[in-house]
Amino acid sequence: MKKQGSDSNPAPVLPALPEPLKDLKIKYTKIFINNEWHDSVSGKKFEVFNPANEEKICEVEEGDKADVDKAVKAARKAFELGSPWRTMDASERGRLLNKLADLVERDRLILATMEAIDGGKLFSTAYLMDLGACIKTLRYCAGWADKIHGRTVPMDGNFFTFTRHEPIGVCGQIIPWNFPLVMFIWKIAPALCCGNTVVVKPAEQTPLTALYMGSLIKEAGFPPGVVNIVPGFGPTAGAAISHHMDVDKVAFTGSTEVGKLIKEAAGKSNLKRVTLELGGKSPNIIFADADLDTAVEFAHIGLFYHQGQCCIAGSRIFVEEPVYDEFVRRSIERAKNYTLGNPLLPGVQQGPQIDKEQFQKILELIESGKKEGAKLECGGGPWGDKGYFIQPTVFSDVTDDMRIAKEEIFGPVQQIMKFKTIDEVIKRANNTTYGLAAAVFTKDIDKALTFAAALQAGTVWVNCYSAMSAQCPFGGFKMSGNGREMGEYGIHEYTEVKTVTIKIPQKNS
Amino acid sequence: MNAGCSSLAVSINTALLYSLQIFINNEWHDAVSKKTFPSINPATGEVICQVAEGDKADVDKAVKAAKAAFQLGSPWRRMDASHRGKLLNRLADLIERDRAYLAALETLDNGKPYSISYLVDLDMVVKCLRYFAGWSDKFHGKTIPLDGDFFCYTRHEPVGVCGQIIPWNFPLLMQAWKLGPALATGNVVVMKVAEQTPLSALYVANLIKEAGFPPGVVNIIPGYGPTAGAAISSHMDVDKVAFTGSTEVGHLIQKAAAESNLKRVTLELGGKSPNIIMSDADMDWAVDQAHFALFFNQGQCCCAGSRTYVQEDIYHEFVERSVEKAKSRVVGNPFDFKTEQGPQVDEEQFKKILGYISTGKREGAKLLCGGNPAADRGYFIQPTVFGDVQDNMTIAREEIFGPVMQILKFKTIEEVIERANDSKYGLAAAVFTKDLDKANYVSHGLRAGTVWINCYDVFGAQAPFGGYKASGNGRELGEYGLEAYVEVKNVTIKIPQKNS
Repeated sequence: MKKQGSDSNPAPVLPALPEPLKDLKIKYTKIFINNEWHDSVSGKKFEVFNPANEEKICEVEEGDKADVDKAVKAARKAFELGSPWRTMDASERGRLLNKLADLVERDRLILATMEAIDGGKLFSTAYLMDLGACIKTLRYCAGWADKIHGRTVPMDGNFFTFTRHEPIGVCGQIIPWNFPLVMFIWKIAPALCCGNTVVVKPAEQTPLTALYMGSLIKEAGFPPGVVNIVPGFGPTAGAAISHHMDVDKVAFTGSTEVGKLIKEAAGKSNLKRVTLELGGKSPNIIFADADLDTAVEFAHIGLFYHQGQCCIAGSRIFVEEPVYDEFVRRSIERAKNYTLGNPLLPGVQQGPQIDKEQFQKILELIESGKKEGAKLECGGGPWGDKGYFIQPTVFSDVTDDMRIAKEEIFGPVQQIMKFKTIDEVIKRANNTTYGLAAAVFTKDIDKALTFAAALQAGTVWVNCYSAMSAQCPFGGFKMSGNGREMGEYGIHEYTEVKTVTIKIPQKNS
Repeated sequence: MNAGCSSLAVSINTALLYSLQIFINNEWHDAVSKKTFPSINPATGEVICQVAEGDKADVDKAVKAAKAAFQLGSPWRRMDASHRGKLLNRLADLIERDRAYLAALETLDNGKPYSISYLVDLDMVVKCLRYFAGWSDKFHGKTIPLDGDFFCYTRHEPVGVCGQIIPWNFPLLMQAWKLGPALATGNVVVMKVAEQTPLSALYVANLIKEAGFPPGVVNIIPGYGPTAGAAISSHMDVDKVAFTGSTEVGHLIQKAAAESNLKRVTLELGGKSPNIIMSDADMDWAVDQAHFALFFNQGQCCCAGSRTYVQEDIYHEFVERSVEKAKSRVVGNPFDFKTEQGPQVDEEQFKKILGYISTGKREGAKLLCGGNPAADRGYFIQPTVFGDVQDNMTIAREEIFGPVMQILKFKTIEEVIERANDSKYGLAAAVFTKDLDKANYVSHGLRAGTVWINCYDVFGAQAPFGGYKASGNGRELGEYGLEAYVEVKNVTIKIPQKNS
């Protein structure tokens, strides 16, 4: 078997990494409604910070209920029967999404630099991984636009029955700060592919790339009102969306705590459809027969990627007793000697946490780990005098009852625990209210397939971690969420099925 | 588009900018025999150029190359499905870039008006390729709840080496209809283009290489049916053959497939499609559409509405208006923007159509206009209309493939459905009516692969197309169009304990 990347395997090669833009200008800081830029109704603005140095980048208009109302009105108008968007060929919607992908490709360097500065994300990661995923996701969803089939149905009686898979309508979309641009695309691409109109509230920590996308959406040729972007805060703008009587669906990615509020608001208001992508405490199970080097590497990246700020972070690593000591030793080795610093600079391997709130929460949980008796193997505290940096931290001898084993940390803190038997580790892995992802490392076919069935998680990885792609449905069991994003399944979440039954003189098969 | 179109035609005539050879492994080859054949301009009868004539030996080379490109572990087999889609989109980009040149080639070689080549054919080609580009990473297999302690799933694998034999009536579009689904699903192709119209498809071969498809994935052979085509349909190493053309040759292809290696077969063949005009139809619109349904592409459409059934109450007025419309159809130089109808594709078709016209007269159909060649040079035929046609006349039963319209009279719905279905063909059909019940009843009763209601010849890459009965096997386009290009593999794995 030839390895990926060799001459005979044309796996698409990653583009060469350019230098980040020096002196990036932030042009778009207002509220985007009807393809135009608006000040906030209240006149208020809020500050956006660079988490690597705690300095203000710029100010952005602060959207609140009044701005959400304007945006929803615009989205509703753009969705009217007979509107340009409603009467557009489905294939043309696909063409617009492909055009948007072309523009993102054109402005890849601008967007990656902006994402790195606003989100504290390593520039190389932003350019190669985040932007790559954005472009592929847009093109994937573009391809679905004219392939969303209803059915004709052989009903009893003299009737001709068919279903239409209509767009739901005005979709509110509230997105997080850990993958600002990717999350923006994950939300708008399937929604637009199916013909919906959207009101997006980007995270207050990271509104900049979403607002830049407003300019590209206009340039691509989407009709006014189809995409509207309202930067602001959760309890104000976000709550206005989830409570709004004229929003037909709300999609939210963020914490489980806020997910519950969103679902409650939907129930209290107009029973809008709800999809949620929430937190996780994903188990990563390593058997003695696994390829240990591979397992250590995947477990490491699976936790430490983007400063541990991933909903899918493999934050409970269960290692089978015979290889536990060796696994811990290699994991410590891997986590030491990290270069922290300005995420724009080459050679930096870890950037800052997103803000002070997260920074303090992670340090508090690290302290609880120490207090509750976990063994601190490396790291364990902050780094540097400016910016929200935390040293890569490894805890071993973690037991299931510790806070660090139960609560989502969302930081660079790895927990390693020991297990003996299959039945035991299945029970312990599933013993959580979360259920977003899981993984198992083993060479044995029976073990692999047993875990594929037994783990209560929306994605189960075998001999890998974090392998994701636009074609695959993604989402949570239990309190990690409702519904799926991406893949064909993700498309279904953005359609409303209408059954049409026509009386006919005589039915023939 | 500018007024310098005629000069464009002249410059193409004198300077074809690429090889007119056989395309194998992304390279250009002479025929093994070194033979060539002429490609003719049907507007003048003159030779445009010589093209390499592929035969069995060239087919063998092409199949070998395709097979190598399909080996386990090859770049094409290992490629991300989404990347196949990217290559198809890139091919669409390149065709868009060279749209004017390709449209001019198409008109020069086939005779269809340039305005149509550019606005209709090329538009549909690009849309078809983009449509199938989107399917590449979406044609899902299934996981299946089998009884017992097993994990069962299906893979939708490419069929393998696909022979594709395409006709001369829509050269580029037929090429796109064949390449789109085959390449989206990961197959490799050996394509024989029609001897009447090889030029545009061979130009696209350059673009296939430029787009980045690995060598051997697409191979294109100009040549004749009884030699190159037969070599493909009887080849022991071709896994599937797809053919669009006459029913007569369709029989031969299916026979050859059966006699060789049982290769999978899909066929898009002829038709004698009924177009039913009810008395409550919008008369202006129905006359307009019925005219378009027959005369489009010089009458050279497999789905031409070549039996126009008109309900007796409106028959006379309909006939009168149809004759008027046919008389005003502009026949001429296909590079002239005023031209609506160009020449027939070659002398063989020209003679055959004139033969049908004289049979029509002989058997008692009423010749209402046209009936003769329209010029001294080239294969032009006047738009021709026959009235008072009876079901048993030759012109009512056999596919003419020319600008000859047959109008028949009917009384009742039940009668016309029966008469419409009384044909060995079943490719398309249409009904014009404002009444909801009539529309549903008639459309459900017609045995045809596509039924149009209050329209005709409406096509889209999204919608499946194909024939009932002797009009063909299988469907092209839409999601259905992917099915013929995959082989379903069931994988069943024993597991310790099945849980739902």
